[in-house]
Amino acid sequence: MKAIEAKNITHHYGKITAVDDLSFTVGEGELFGFIGPDGAGKTTLFRIAATLIIPSGGRMTLFGLNVVSGFRELRNHIGYMPGRFSLYQDLTVEENLRFYATIFGTTIKENYYLIEPIYRQIEPFKKRRAGQLSGGMKQKLALSCALIHKPRVLILDEPTTGVDAVSRTEFWEMLEGLKEEGITIIVSTPYMDEALRCDRIALMQQGRLMGIDTPAAIRSAYGRKLWSVSHPERYRLLLALRKMPQVAASEPFGDSVHMTLHEGAIPEDVRRMLDEAGIHDAAINEATPGIEDVFLELMKKEVRRSEV
Amino acid sequence: MEREKVIEVKDLVKRFGAFTANDRLTFDVYRGEIFGFLGANGAGKTTAMRILCGLSRPTSGRVLVAGIDASRRPEEIKKRIGYMSQRFSLYEDLTVRENIELYGGIYGMAMKEILPRREALLERLDFTSYGDTLIRALPLGLKQKLAFAVAVFHDPGIVFLDEPTSGVDPVTRRQFWEMIYETASRGITVFVTTHYMDEAEYCDRITIMSEGRIVALDTPSALLRQYGTKSVEELFVKIARPQRNTV
Amino acid sequence: MAFVRKEFLHIFRDFRTLIILFGIPAAQILIFGYAVRTDLKNAGVAILDNARDEVSQELTKKIDASEFFYINRQLDSYDEIDATFKQGRIKAVIIFPDRMASGIAREGKATVSIIADGSEPNTASLVTGYVTGILNDYSATLTGDVTSSMPVINPEVRMYFNPNLESHFMFVPGVITLILILICALMTSVTIVREKEFGTMEVLLVSPLKPWQIIVGKVTPYFFLSLVNVIVILLMAWFVFGLPVRGSIALLISECMLYILLGLSIGILVSASVSKMENAIFISFLALMLPSLLLSGFIFPIENMPKIYDYVSMILPPRWFVEIIRAIMIKGAGFGYIWKETAILAGMTMILMIISSRKFKTRLEEGER
Repeated sequence: MKAIEAKNITHHYGKITAVDDLSFTVGEGELFGFIGPDGAGKTTLFRIAATLIIPSGGRMTLFGLNVVSGFRELRNHIGYMPGRFSLYQDLTVEENLRFYATIFGTTIKENYYLIEPIYRQIEPFKKRRAGQLSGGMKQKLALSCALIHKPRVLILDEPTTGVDAVSRTEFWEMLEGLKEEGITIIVSTPYMDEALRCDRIALMQQGRLMGIDTPAAIRSAYGRKLWSVSHPERYRLLLALRKMPQVAASEPFGDSVHMTLHEGAIPEDVRRMLDEAGIHDAAINEATPGIEDVFLELMKKEVRRSEV
Repeated sequence: MEREKVIEVKDLVKRFGAFTANDRLTFDVYRGEIFGFLGANGAGKTTAMRILCGLSRPTSGRVLVAGIDASRRPEEIKKRIGYMSQRFSLYEDLTVRENIELYGGIYGMAMKEILPRREALLERLDFTSYGDTLIRALPLGLKQKLAFAVAVFHDPGIVFLDEPTSGVDPVTRRQFWEMIYETASRGITVFVTTHYMDEAEYCDRITIMSEGRIVALDTPSALLRQYGTKSVEELFVKIARPQRNTV
Repeated sequence: MAFVRKEFLHIFRDFRTLIILFGIPAAQILIFGYAVRTDLKNAGVAILDNARDEVSQELTKKIDASEFFYINRQLDSYDEIDATFKQGRIKAVIIFPDRMASGIAREGKATVSIIADGSEPNTASLVTGYVTGILNDYSATLTGDVTSSMPVINPEVRMYFNPNLESHFMFVPGVITLILILICALMTSVTIVREKEFGTMEVLLVSPLKPWQIIVGKVTPYFFLSLVNVIVILLMAWFVFGLPVRGSIALLISECMLYILLGLSIGILVSASVSKMENAIFISFLALMLPSLLLSGFIFPIENMPKIYDYVSMILPPRWFVEIIRAIMIKGAGFGYIWKETAILAGMTMILMIISSRKFKTRLEEGER
């Protein structure tokens, strides 16, 4: 049985279509990522999965239970972490955890083994109020609370937003650990680079899925050769590249410019023309396309498709 | 050629009671540079930026912003900088044109100076059709681009950006950075604070802060080479993590 | 139940909540209590002396000489009383009967009328009290016996403008009414909406808890705290201002419980309709507090209002509740006198509970993003 099956899920808020005809499946024990910017529809989709919203159309089941008709039973098996960490700021770490344990009809002790690797890191602060924790610690506590009843599926809505890089890295390491326990995890994030941590990812934009696959397959789907051009005067470089007929696309990326060339053009042409434009010694190297490059590519295709 | 220093900070210390938020910070920022200020929440970024913006005074140390001493004449600094943060930037219930007028007015520009520049700006941003739209009706990406344009509307020497592109889509983000490059090429210094590491790679130089101190300062590529990491994110984890674990 | 425990923790952790819960009621009682206890000094009185004999003149002199009063004017006939009061310079008119001295000599007694301005009930009662005191003093000098149970001069007190001296100490029932609606509606709506705002409500909804469990868990602490508050207010009224409950305390507490339930239902209803704390506070305050204050007869008697307000006030629970506790506390009435008001309140509670439990969904509302 599949952990999650979604078929033609659609949701409208008034005239706005937040989620537009999504179909996908998530296997048991899979770590599945939804990648997309704010407003892509990730939160709405996750709330539908968490039985919090009835979709306007389509059907979704978790472990064979329908999210609309089977929500009572299903709620025992869902661990949900909303975008804002759902903690009681004025309760201590321990009180928060105990409270969530009780409302799910369990105790801290019963499933302690499951949260131990995470909770151990914040246990020294268990008498501290949740409001006084750092972002990373709040995130760990929220995860512990979502896990305390040993759910079969974890629904994590942007768990790493607003959290520093160290905590983000640690957080993804924890998710790997939970995967070992056989828990299915769906997670959303606006950070393209986090996609690599997932078994499979879905790229989302404006309520639609632009692609679902393993991160490696998604990256290799990038059709063309990608070049990275660097020069200290980035803005001049960018303007110069934009003027060249051989260059199909050029965009700033980190401390360099990513460009793709038209059929038949070679980097040497570009180097020569840069020289002529007075931009000397630009470094041009082949670049591995990142998820962000693929995302951009797919976005442009979407735009083209919708314009047709 | 000696480059012009726009921000000079020497031994900046800021204490709140017994807590030291900024511990002997020393760095210079040059004209037209894109300078990234990185650190986890609570690392002291915001404190340092507030001092540089003239919103708070240093406990000790020397801070010159656009040649003005931040401990003596912080009010003067405010006139010469632009500021944009994710939280507060534009009035949602005013139109695009009204917002631009308002900000021009706040910075003491005359109406006859504001109006032509406003139209030129809308033209340049390809925003003319949105001129009379309420801000709240704009998509997030456009809002952010506009907020940035407004922050540099009065041609400040320095513009401070507080986590400017979190949560926007990659297309908008790249367009946004293009605007930043364009601004920097006009000689306006751009000072960016962020805890999003991928934003850091767009900067000319970055500073990594941890527990109130500067732990690294160089160009992103030099830092990556020095620490042997592939991304700034990895770099940050490598630098900041050992210290974290001793807490 | 864990939920209730957690809710108590929230309340006791938050200093401001505690102040609102217990500080404000105490402060209100004291403010209202002492604000109406103004000292009486040199209040103007008018004298209508029908006797014009030695007794009446002696009394007039005594009254004028006291530090509490001065004689503003002497009236010549009953017709002048109304105009004099309306001018507003006097607090009372004292009327001496015909042939007062000979009356006392012949029958051993006389009756003096005191007509006080009832529009200021508190001052009125002080005025009549002090005048009576002066009269009694004088009686005592006549008989030479201070403890005489039958004073020679009987005061006969009447009120002008407000014959029953209503709203004297009305502030206690008023404060109870106000405090209960404040705590119940405002606090419950805020505490529920706070969960929405911090995102914790999402997780509660996803948990196997049923909506009624969440509601009961949230409101139970406020139910008890409100009861404690009622008792504190009653004790303060009694010990600080000497206002005992004349009727049955059990009946009073039961009626309070009913009203608390009503307030809680309103709070839940408000919280189900808004998603921001400011809105919850705003709605509770504007839509509940102000009308309760102004239209329930707490500050302004309903009888003096235009008819339209009278009708509006009928749909406001505080109006009925003020009537109920006024009846129990001050008139000492039993359930027989207030069953109608109680039934109205009970009906309102039922309706509100049904609506609010309907509105409180097991899912997130549409459009909440």
